[in-house]
Parts: sequence; C-alpha cells; structure tokens
Amino acid sequence: MAAHVHALYVHGTSPLHRAAPQCKLAATVLFVLVVVATPREALWAFGAYAVLVAAVAALARLSPAVLARRLVIELPFLAFAVFLPMVGGGERVDVVGLSLSVAGLWAAWGILAKGTLGVAAAIVMAATTPIPEILHGLERLRLPRVITAIAGFMVRYLDVTVEEARRMAIARQSRGHDPRWLWQARATAASAGTLFIRSFERGERVHLAMVSRGYDGTLPSFGATAAARDEWAWALAVPALAATVGTLAWWWLP
Amino acid sequence: MVAAVTPAVEVRGLAYAYPDGRQALFGVDLCIEPGERVALLGPNGAGKTTLALHLNGVLTAGAGEVRISGVPVAKEHLKEVRRRVGIVFQDPDDQLFMPTVGQDVAFGPANLGLRGDALATRVRQALDAVGMADVADRAPHHLSFGQRRRVAVATVLAMEPDVLVLDEPTSNLDPVARRELADVLRSLSLTTLVITHDLPYALELCPRSLVLDEGRIVADGATEDLLADDELMAAHRLELPYGFDPLAPRRAS
Repeated sequence: MAAHVHALYVHGTSPLHRAAPQCKLAATVLFVLVVVATPREALWAFGAYAVLVAAVAALARLSPAVLARRLVIELPFLAFAVFLPMVGGGERVDVVGLSLSVAGLWAAWGILAKGTLGVAAAIVMAATTPIPEILHGLERLRLPRVITAIAGFMVRYLDVTVEEARRMAIARQSRGHDPRWLWQARATAASAGTLFIRSFERGERVHLAMVSRGYDGTLPSFGATAAARDEWAWALAVPALAATVGTLAWWWLP
Repeated sequence: MVAAVTPAVEVRGLAYAYPDGRQALFGVDLCIEPGERVALLGPNGAGKTTLALHLNGVLTAGAGEVRISGVPVAKEHLKEVRRRVGIVFQDPDDQLFMPTVGQDVAFGPANLGLRGDALATRVRQALDAVGMADVADRAPHHLSFGQRRRVAVATVLAMEPDVLVLDEPTSNLDPVARRELADVLRSLSLTTLVITHDLPYALELCPRSLVLDEGRIVADGATEDLLADDELMAAHRLELPYGFDPLAPRRAS
C-alpha cells in the first residue's frame, strides 16, 4: 500500500508503529506531564529525558533529520522565551555585553527544554500512528464518541476544504487579483465567507447522506480494540522511567 | 395488464413544495418493477433530486404517497425504508465522511445493528462488488474521483438495498471511470433508478426511461424511443451529443 495516511505519519513496521494507539497516547501524555512537573534547575534530568525520547525515536527508526525538521514548528513559541531574559527583573548577569535577568534566563530555559521535549514526544507519536488510529485510541481512552467523531470529520474534510480554498484563490488570481495592501483584502475576505457558506452547505449534504444510511444520532464505533496487558506495560515503561528521573530530580534539588 | 408482483417503487400523486413555498413536484406518478433499471431524465431544476429524496423519506410528501415494495414511506417505517432504498449522492465527498473507506462502508450496516464478523463480511462483499476491496484501509480523499464514486456505491450496497438510486452517477467522471461504473451497475442486477442528463449513459444502461420536467412525469417509455423523439427532447431541454444516433444499437442488432 503506497498511500500516505497523513502528512505527519512516517511509514514503518517498527514495534512502535505496531503498538496500540491508546497506549502510545497515554504514554505520551504522561511523559509530557512528568517533564512539565520536573524542576527546571535539575539540568541533568532534562538530559535524561532527551536520551529517553531519542531512544524511543531510534526504536521507531525515525531519522534524527526528520525529528529535527519537525521541531521547527516550535520556533514561534520559543521567540517569546528569547525576550524573557531581557525583560525579566531581579538579579542580573552580563553575557557578552548584554545584561540579562537570571530569573528570566531560568524561565527561558524551562520553556525551551520542556517545550522541546514535549513537542519531540508528540512528533514521535504522530510519526508512528496514523490519524484514524489516533482517533481509535482516544475512543479507547473513553473520550466521548461525539468528540472523536468531530475530530474525524475535521480530518476528513480538511483536505477537501483546503483544496476548495486553493481553487477559489486561483480563480481570483486568474481575474487579476493581486492583493498587496490591507484595503485590498476585501475579495479575500469575501472568499473566506463563501468558503464558510459552502462548508456549511456541505455539512448539510453530508448529514443528508448520513440520514439516508440510517443515522439516528449515534455514530457507530469501529476498530477500537483493547490492548494486551504487556502492550500497556511496555508503553507505560517510558513515562515510568521518566517519572523515576523526575522524582530523583526533586530529591536532589540543590 | 395486471401487475403480478408488488412494484419495487410506487409513487402516486406526489407533490412537494420547499419550505420557502417554491413548488418542486406537481403530482408525480411512477412505478418501477423489481429488477428493472430505469433512467430518470430531465433538465437541471426539473425536481429529479427532490424526487429521489422522497424515495427514502428524507423529504416528506406534501401530498400523495410513496411505497417501497409495498411499504409506505412514513415515519414508522423510516428505518426499514432507508435500508431498502440506497441513494448514491452526486458528490462522493458528501457521501464518504469517515476516516477510512472500510469504516465508511460499515457506517450503514452498523446503523442497522450489525457488529463484528457479520459487519466485516458485509463490508468486504460490498467493496468486492465494486472492485474496491484493496482500498478498505485508505482515506477517501486519497482515492481518485472515479474510485470514490464506486466506493460511494459500495456504502449503500453494504445495506443490501432493494432499490439503488444514483444521482448523476457520471458527473465529473472520465470516460474510463464512466465505463467501469457502468460495468459495476450492470453486474449488480438490482432495481436501479439512474438520475441523469447523460443520455447515452441512460441508453446504455436502462431499457426504460422517465422524463421529469417542471415537477411532472412527461414521458415514460423505452429509452431509445424517447431519445429518438426530437420533439419531446426539444420541449424538455434534453439534447443528445453531436452525432449521436439513439437508434443505431437497434439497427445493428
């Protein structure tokens, strides 16, 4: 089967790819919680977490280049962290001629380290789990069926809507539309409105098609199968290891 | 002639006005026997889709009645009627809304209460019938338009309907996809109503045609006879493609 299942998924047959989605989801969320709860002064703990994420990524046979490229998504959020040392108050240190706030530096480090680890963990999960499986996993984790169904519709119609928007943009450009200034945004705004109306009408047609096939307000659920106990054990070993590191970090806090 | 069997579809005096007051159907009468393949022809805005939505009770008749294999389309029979009448809508993107093809095909039978192996068998059979068994795990938006149309047919076949209704099945299909769909439809031998203004397609698939215009059935007969009737065709904004002779197949045989 050659088709890509979604943009973030990296095809593979590693144990991580085969693991039950609910286990991966739970492990990822727990891992992120442990990372966030770790005191930022315990530098070594973050090193240990990074090694853990790298080990899991290696198990999934994800190339470090893919991981690094996808981490770029984090940059806009880190831009905020860069300013913290400059605007922060309290004790200050001089670094290559810049006077920086110590508290601000710690805060920036905390955001950088915890953010990067969280994003990296999410990337590993997304790269090894196709979206329909993520939805199954969420269902197994007792997320209400309505929520997973809405998420499913969003995934299903994202491409359709993006394609529609692209066609509308091409049609605008074909008639000489070349917006450069804010006051020329009128046509774009009108297109956005049209796109909304069209999507709304599509929603009505989809509902019609659902009703025609016997939809009575409850969506059937498919494919969500229970995970074996040792599958849970393997998956939860990752956050458990992280939790051990986190506990030690609190213990040895200077 | 007395009908020996209950008609698969029976519509009597069906009238319908949209909520905004615009009248769409003005007393439609039609009868389709089990196993028949019938084309419903008519210009845009003739009320063809509106008529189709009455066959499974999505729209409720203002006057008149619709019966499917003798069962009146009314609130108390809606579930059964919707199992018996499978509508394939014009845009497969409206019909395929689940994350994977297999789940989408399972949607209908699951609503009928099927689970487990019975459900899986139904899905496999339906996808097999349209030659799409190998795409069950794919996402609908990764299929070609022609494949999506065939999967849309499978989604209703999975409910084992008595009557298959297709709304403009050839729109946006390239000639090969159009022919492949015709092969699928011929292989099904179900009672079928093909709503279309693709007249050669109607001729190819349906021995009998109905012409609907301005909310009324204005002609009912052998497809080749209707298509060869220039006066009738012109009066109802129907037009054959350039150089097309509807009587050529008859002369050849």
